Amino acid sequence: MDSKQLYQEVVLDHNKKPRNWGSLADATHRAEGLNPLCGDHIWVALKVQDGLIEKIAFEGESCAICKASASMMTANVKGKQIEQAERLVQEFRDMATGRLNPATQPSQLGRLVVFAGVKDLPSRVKCAILPWHTLHAAFHDRGTTSTEGDADPMGLSPASESA
Amino acid sequence: MNSAVLATVERSTGLDVARLRSDFPILRLKVNGNPLAYLDNAASSQMPQRVLDRLIRYQTQEHSNIHRAVHYLSETATAAYEGARSTIQRFINAREAREVIYTRGTTDAVNLVMQGFGRAFLGRGDEIILSQLEHHSNIVPWQMLRDEKGCTLRVVPCNDAGELLLDEYAALFNERTRLVAVTHVSNALGTVNPIKQMIAQAHARGVPVLVDGAQAVPHLAVDVQDLDCDFYCFSGHKMFGPTGIGILYGKAHWLEKMQPYQGGGDMILSVSFERTVYNSIPHKFEAGTPPIAAAIGLGAAVDYLTDIGMPHIAAWEHELLTYATEQVEALPGVRIVGTAQDKASVLSFTVAGVHPHDVGTLLNEDGVAVRTGHHCAQPVMQRFAIPATARASFAFYNTFQEVDQLVAGIRRVQEIFS
Repeated sequence: MDSKQLYQEVVLDHNKKPRNWGSLADATHRAEGLNPLCGDHIWVALKVQDGLIEKIAFEGESCAICKASASMMTANVKGKQIEQAERLVQEFRDMATGRLNPATQPSQLGRLVVFAGVKDLPSRVKCAILPWHTLHAAFHDRGTTSTEGDADPMGLSPASESA
Repeated sequence: MNSAVLATVERSTGLDVARLRSDFPILRLKVNGNPLAYLDNAASSQMPQRVLDRLIRYQTQEHSNIHRAVHYLSETATAAYEGARSTIQRFINAREAREVIYTRGTTDAVNLVMQGFGRAFLGRGDEIILSQLEHHSNIVPWQMLRDEKGCTLRVVPCNDAGELLLDEYAALFNERTRLVAVTHVSNALGTVNPIKQMIAQAHARGVPVLVDGAQAVPHLAVDVQDLDCDFYCFSGHKMFGPTGIGILYGKAHWLEKMQPYQGGGDMILSVSFERTVYNSIPHKFEAGTPPIAAAIGLGAAVDYLTDIGMPHIAAWEHELLTYATEQVEALPGVRIVGTAQDKASVLSFTVAGVHPHDVGTLLNEDGVAVRTGHHCAQPVMQRFAIPATARASFAFYNTFQEVDQLVAGIRRVQEIFS
């Protein structure tokens, strides 16, 4: 794949100026997401009232793909019901792993389809999905989530490190 | 660099790089429409046609199990397998072929020493000295031993250039120090450690030394007798041979005292349900059917390197690394991590405002293969307070043009992220 398809203007913009960056003093749900293989490390905080995501914020250290994905995720799910957001988590994951083609199948992904190309870069799929893992973990009050092993809530197979 | 200057450099190092490159079929690949610039040799190097041909010849004309039967193929395979051992012995100048143990790789070799030496001879309160620059494979086995036996690990720190602090090293020794385990060349930074001196310092206190030579053997002439190391570990696939094969060199008097690593066939002289008599070295440490083809392939890789000459390889790679360092250093916003006086073949760097994984993905689009991440050396990353680096690592078949391709790629990354 041409990675220009992945590093589009919108992705670079969200990387440079992430939306909803920071923490929430009055958060009702929080989770930490870690990709130990590449060091992506983010925190997602939510204020949920009657099933509605009133506020959401994230911060951390990560690559551009992860940060842009997190920024666009927060912009997208703010003001949505948890169940709508959960559906989006599933759709995003299916798109990033190639099980959903947003060009031919209906979805709620909207502008998030800019990440569709990541499916052709297996080593970067987890960068894009980590924020969504972390959001999912926050809904279920799991403190920490990881892209690896037993802590991987989405059941992606673990990769391994090498020299 | 212009071609006239390049030709002068080549002449001065005695290497015909264009001819050598043609020995490596994989280097003709195009990646994303660009010529492949393979700069990930510290992770794994490529195999020349001569090694590939040797593997095919073995599998088509010589293969059987070794040390077993009296038939033609078994004799042929055994002779080739043991012949490769002698070739490797001469390459590292070991005193005897029986001091050369085949393993699965460097990691396996370190684990063999941990099991056969560490578990046999170390106990509660005994101490092992490691360095800040170790690969995880020369840390984790010793942590396992520490947790089992109650040993203590001590770590030689490094300065901001990535050089080990030898005064601090000297101060770590005490009457409980039982082993030093140190890398010859850092895989993450490229630092060449002064191991001959470090070994002499350890021996002055009666402490044996294990050297992780995985990143040294492909780049510089290694003489284990001159170094006087007690153990030296390296991998076939980082020195133009196959995966699944590596070497533990050990001084015979240690290997003879050590416990076997694994039990099974070939490592025994006799077995009854009452008693087993172990085979002599090296066979005591080679239980089961080994990777015969890979061992023979490693022997062919060593022959290939010997024909080129390690001093020529070291000279060419020095020129390459110097040129790459100058070019990358000149890019604003790029920081080279690891600036030791004595370095081999590795250029680790970070680009301001861009995560190394984004650098790696975009360089790949230009056909440039670098490694990004912590390089299985997280303590090194912690020392420099960074999560990861991008790492270009060179072999003798790399060229100045490939360095230019890397530099152009980094510039493009910076433009995209500007």
